[in-house]
Amino acid sequence: MEKRVVFRSRWLPWVLIAPQVFIIVAFFFWPAAQALLQSVQQSDAFGTSVEWVGLENFINLWNDETYLASFYTTAIFSVSVAVAGISLSLMLAVFADRVVKGALIYKTLLIWPYAVAPAVAGVLWLFMFAPSVGVVSYGLRAMGVDWNHLLNGTHAMTLVVMAAVWKQISYNFLFFLAGLQSIPKSLIEAAAIDGARPWRRFWTIVFPLLSPTTFFLLVINIVYAFFDTFAIIDAATQGGPGKDTAILVYKVYYDGFKAMDLGGSAAQSVVLMVIVVVLTVVQFRFVEKKVNY
Amino acid sequence: MRLKFTGLALAAFFSVSAQAQTEIQWWHSMTSVNGEWVNDLAKNFNASQSKYKIVPTFKGVYDESMTAAIAAFRAGNAPHILQVFEVGTATMMASHKAIVPVGQMMKDAGQKFDPASYIPAVAGYYTAANGQMLSFPFNSSTTVFYYNKDAFKAAGINPDTPPTTWIEVAQAAAKLKASGHNCPLTIAWQSWTQLESFSAWHNVEFATKNNGFAGLDARMKVNTPLHVRHIENLANMAKQGLFVYKGRTNVPEPTFVSGECAMITTSSGFYGNVKKNAKFAFGLSTLPYYPDVPGAPQNTIIGGASLWVMAGKKPDEYKGVAEFFSYISSPEVQSASHKRTGYLPVTTAAFALTEKSGFYKENPGTDVAPNQMIRKTTDKSRGIRLGNYVQIRTIEDEELEQVWGGKKTAQEALDAIVKRGNEMLERFEKANRKG
Repeated sequence: MEKRVVFRSRWLPWVLIAPQVFIIVAFFFWPAAQALLQSVQQSDAFGTSVEWVGLENFINLWNDETYLASFYTTAIFSVSVAVAGISLSLMLAVFADRVVKGALIYKTLLIWPYAVAPAVAGVLWLFMFAPSVGVVSYGLRAMGVDWNHLLNGTHAMTLVVMAAVWKQISYNFLFFLAGLQSIPKSLIEAAAIDGARPWRRFWTIVFPLLSPTTFFLLVINIVYAFFDTFAIIDAATQGGPGKDTAILVYKVYYDGFKAMDLGGSAAQSVVLMVIVVVLTVVQFRFVEKKVNY
Repeated sequence: MRLKFTGLALAAFFSVSAQAQTEIQWWHSMTSVNGEWVNDLAKNFNASQSKYKIVPTFKGVYDESMTAAIAAFRAGNAPHILQVFEVGTATMMASHKAIVPVGQMMKDAGQKFDPASYIPAVAGYYTAANGQMLSFPFNSSTTVFYYNKDAFKAAGINPDTPPTTWIEVAQAAAKLKASGHNCPLTIAWQSWTQLESFSAWHNVEFATKNNGFAGLDARMKVNTPLHVRHIENLANMAKQGLFVYKGRTNVPEPTFVSGECAMITTSSGFYGNVKKNAKFAFGLSTLPYYPDVPGAPQNTIIGGASLWVMAGKKPDEYKGVAEFFSYISSPEVQSASHKRTGYLPVTTAAFALTEKSGFYKENPGTDVAPNQMIRKTTDKSRGIRLGNYVQIRTIEDEELEQVWGGKKTAQEALDAIVKRGNEMLERFEKANRKG
């Protein structure tokens, strides 16, 4: 069936999409172009002298071992955040879908963390796990775990992943819940009558039917882990210990806003932009084939 | 952004013309008690004359207010006076189109200004190679040693003879540990206290070219045998649980106030906090040193901030700024500020006045910081002036953490600081060579 609407007027369609185009150009393409421009310049902090340096900012990055190491850190961080975030929220959504009494309260409580600013989320988790005063670290010590994210890289990574996942769970949860509610009850009932147990019903019916949602969330969560998590890192670990939690976007933020190295920071943004474009294309090309709409 | 700034400019314009008084914008980063102090300075100055009006505005912590000022400068709306932390000094100095040297401005405005009246270690930090004072010393602190007298007593150490050398610190820490203390020693501002001040205190170079004072081509020098020996010593203490790492910058400070850690090296500006909140008797002492090093102890290095005057304002406005600077550098105002905040008295006259008033006798330990500073500085101890220093401090934090965590030896980490730090210095040199 043809869904396309055919306009008779030549200019009307352009006028109708003009606001959208304006917003995209002003808030997406313009800053992206600025980043591209700045990535081939070097300037002093106040911008009184600007020098064209070609690809030098990129070459500096390439020669910086710690920058290359941060790709590995970013990969671990992003995969952990996406996998943990998606599976936990899927579990919560499946549970919430079955709740009959007090469902509204339960769902509202699960959505709350989304309203918390990332930096606040970072501080919150930092307090709970602070080696000397944290509630959780106290409990861990009682169980024989010497929690110290100030010097232990694995502990630090666990901490920022938990904070980042906690922050994103609500968002994932909402989409999964909506997805679950759109699955026809008749399908599940039919399977139940055929003798399929809940576990089997979930994997053979619910999960495949949720795949568009899961795929969408995978893209969103990867982008989230790549771009929106610097405030959490800044508040909780500042990239430490050493550089064990210094993900790519944290360095962009740090170099640009704390260290005033706009050229270097812009070059890193461009690299990050390319990575995310490539990742998204890969996801749409290969993962999407496995999705049933 | 543009629109907002135009709006602000219009608002500023109308308020000026309405009052016929010259307004002078002062952006600062002082919070709580120190924020009140800044507001009082402005209020008292405004009450003392009617031509100028100082308007202090809090613009976030040090790096935030600097970013804000840079954005404002690019939009043509910089404040007249900007408070910049010591780490940003080299960046400000290199941006000579954006600033007016304070010495020059005072002279042009016809105000008396004598750089020699300032404490050498303070003035030296903000003075250019040609002897011109570039920024106005405002709130300066230095690195000192605090200890918990009650914990010392409990461990059987005489609380009136604090350890003055690192050997004595290790011995005291061992006794504290034996008496059941879980955190005998911690360290705040590790790069400032254990590398920068440590170097000046032992009269050895932190970086070549007099720590960067003699040129942009300075390079890091913190991997000498003395530095390695010290960091190794601390690493051993960490292994034995005598030194416990509690985080970067001033994050470890609350662990001293709460009594968890018994000794700490940190800023003299921490005094007010301890005095107000600690529930135990505490003492201040000089930064520990190694007695076998010739020339030690020399002097320690300042932290804190200075006031920079931004370029592109009207001559009359500069007159107001100069008058304000003269006001806040008078010995009476300086001495009152010193007593109130714990920051150093930045002129020798203010120190003498404070001493005469008997303040140091009534508040034992408050003279430790000034006494560490009021000495003749050497080329190696004048201060640190390195570009991209915000990043270099972070590199130092990162590498030292690897040592405390047992992942790198002291030598490996210090070599890495030199290598990575030099890359930063090379880039700064390249970006600022011309112009």
